[in-house]
Amino acid sequence: MLEAKNISKKFSGVTALSNINLVLHPGKVNAIIGENGAGKSTLMKIFSGVYAQYEGDIIYKGKPVKFAGTRAAEEAGIAIIHQELNLVPYLTISENIFLGREITNAFGVLDKKKMNEKARELLARLNFSADPDTKVAAIKVGQQQLVEIAKALHSDASVIIMDEPTSAISDKEVDNLFSIIAQLKNEGKTIAYISHKFKELFTVADHYVVLRDGATVAAGDMQHTTQEILIEKMTGRNILIQKRTANFQDAPVLLSLKNVCLRHPELPSTNLLTNISFTLHKGEILGMYGLMGAGRTELMEAIFGLHPKNATGEIAVEQSVKKIKSPCDAIGAGIALVPEDRKLQGLILNQSVNTNISLTVLEKIERWGLLLSAAKEKDLTSKYINKLSIKTSSGDKAAQSLSGGNQQKIVIAKWLATNPKILLLDEPTRGIDINAKSEIYKLMKALAAEGMGIIMVSSELPEILAVSDRVLVMCEGELTANLPIDNASEQELLKYAIHKNNP
Amino acid sequence: MTTSSYKKNLSRFQSVIALFVLCIVLSFLTDKFFTAANGVNVLRQVAVNVCIATGMTLIVLTAGIDLSVGSVLALCGAITAGLLKNGLQFPSADLYIGFTILGAVLGAVIVGGVLGLFNGFAITKFKVPPFVATLAMLTIARGFTMLYTGGHPISNLGASFAYIGAGNFIGIPVPVWIAAIVVLLAVFITKKTKLGRYIYAIGGNETAAKLSGIRINRVKLIVYSLGAALAAIGGVIVTSRLDSAQPNAGLSYELDAIAAVVIGGTSLNGGKGSVWGTVIGAVIIGVLNNGLVLLNVSPFWQQVVKGAVILLAVIIDKMGDKKE
Repeated sequence: MLEAKNISKKFSGVTALSNINLVLHPGKVNAIIGENGAGKSTLMKIFSGVYAQYEGDIIYKGKPVKFAGTRAAEEAGIAIIHQELNLVPYLTISENIFLGREITNAFGVLDKKKMNEKARELLARLNFSADPDTKVAAIKVGQQQLVEIAKALHSDASVIIMDEPTSAISDKEVDNLFSIIAQLKNEGKTIAYISHKFKELFTVADHYVVLRDGATVAAGDMQHTTQEILIEKMTGRNILIQKRTANFQDAPVLLSLKNVCLRHPELPSTNLLTNISFTLHKGEILGMYGLMGAGRTELMEAIFGLHPKNATGEIAVEQSVKKIKSPCDAIGAGIALVPEDRKLQGLILNQSVNTNISLTVLEKIERWGLLLSAAKEKDLTSKYINKLSIKTSSGDKAAQSLSGGNQQKIVIAKWLATNPKILLLDEPTRGIDINAKSEIYKLMKALAAEGMGIIMVSSELPEILAVSDRVLVMCEGELTANLPIDNASEQELLKYAIHKNNP
Repeated sequence: MTTSSYKKNLSRFQSVIALFVLCIVLSFLTDKFFTAANGVNVLRQVAVNVCIATGMTLIVLTAGIDLSVGSVLALCGAITAGLLKNGLQFPSADLYIGFTILGAVLGAVIVGGVLGLFNGFAITKFKVPPFVATLAMLTIARGFTMLYTGGHPISNLGASFAYIGAGNFIGIPVPVWIAAIVVLLAVFITKKTKLGRYIYAIGGNETAAKLSGIRINRVKLIVYSLGAALAAIGGVIVTSRLDSAQPNAGLSYELDAIAAVVIGGTSLNGGKGSVWGTVIGAVIIGVLNNGLVLLNVSPFWQQVVKGAVILLAVIIDKMGDKKE
């Protein structure tokens, strides 16, 4: 039905996919499996016309095709249902289904009646009895997903790609989704199903393809495999890892969390974090592993005071309980957070390296408590530019002109300037080159040796294993493992990351 | 100096160059333009807009906007005149409080600051978009002006009060001195203080600023009240110059202020621009107005030209951005 032949894709020199070969079997559910960053989303975006620049061929219905855009792919019959749904919240269900393909009468005026009729028909096929005039914002996420599927049915798609379709819906809605998938299969639709959840995959999928580091490493029949085999294929790297060996159980406790919970801001009955308790010791590097959406970033944000209204539980720094209701409070308590997205959350891109570094500690470069001193600022920032070897011709250069690795170092520098006791790093090496990565690892180890406590959130298993002294694993908002590094292996960590109960 | 930094400096000074070219052209077109008297005249005319636009710059740098400054100017001008002339009267308590000039001016500026705080409060606490919050204040403040004045001017405020708007100090009009002090203070704040850094940081990337521990709401409250207080100072100057508080004073002044900010190269998206740029922008508008009057261009055409200049300024600015 749909076949990828030697697909390769690079993003500004970095290889995302290399020689991918896979076949989506017609009328079947094809599971696409892989770790974060294995290349699943990139491949699906090529299939659905989001990326038009790539090497290799896509064979569709026996002919090579090249989609210039999403519209072209849709017209050819390939629909994608993104993890973040692509609906306009303030339009009605029917308006969303027909967006861009409105039915008009002889005068070019919208034929609302006809569209609503057709919408009702489509929704009925999905066992969803809603008024097509309901605004999308007013229905639940699971139902919005059905609207997306209705949209795909309307465009008469023969291939439907579902990216993590169950990440935001309830168990009951999952059951409904599966019966709809079964029905679509009966109608002869081909389905590509991306998910981390093995239980689901064994229920719903017929075939599987495993991607790792941008390449296809295995494919076959779901019936003839097991979860263990799939996990091994997903990780199966052979990298020599130098684990750290120190033991910090007896070191003083820097940070301790007791029963930290975080309510969902919009759905008060669901928890983003449930009863998280752990300790961080002086000089320790704590790795925090989990799959996308496990709640790791939310946990860092909760510690840093970014969810004052929805977080509950107790956070203590050096044995004294702190009320942390804002980043200011967190900084005051000696906590620093290097956020996940340096461009959106870490840096003021159009401002200089110096300005970015000194932003957190402006009172330190003031004279007479009023006037900012350029000389003091330069002293401070050049210290960190040297210490972290930030490569820039001058501290006055705009942050956006530096490479990703150096930008990340600026963000780390601005937090080191606050002299934190506890450093939270959320995906500190995402999107930066190997050299910068190893420099950041070295820096982390040096800081830990000076007595700082570090929590590193990462989706990369080798990184977690190489840098951490102890590893916490999260799954669906809960802590599922707390392992000394000696007991941690890639397979072990992945197992805890995938399964909430009895791994 | 490398070519790229050379170009960057060029783009930084492009509004100065534009002003320079404009002056040269006008000098050739009319003898009346390049005279000391006319120069002083232009400066006097732009002083009020410089005050308002300076406050507007601080607000726009945080990626906000304040549409209410014209109405706030009218209300605070009326309050100055009212306090001077009638003081505060409480007949029920048989109480009358009279005001000196300084007292009346301070009263008006404080009222302005409080109105700005309201703007800031709506924007930070209730997340009302700045455009909407200050649009509401535009109507509210104008309404209060009408209520306070009963729709009639408050006139004959005395010769010593008139000094503020019409007097000279060392040969230079007092409003120009006031505007100069305002500008220098604002330059000092933006370039030399924590508050200034925070203003730029919030406009440059509000999320990063928040994560850096900056109290965003506090900074916004300060800039909106500063903006309105500066509009109040503008109101004092206008009232003094006319020796009369007009209920419909300051109509569409917010547009002139925003125009000065934009022509001066400050980005409406925040985080980029300067008070100096705004001053140049205000002077460009002033020179343009003045020159077109001297050339006997009809007022209708003056508006068309002003609009075209604003558009041109922004287009040139965007082109400069792309090259970088």
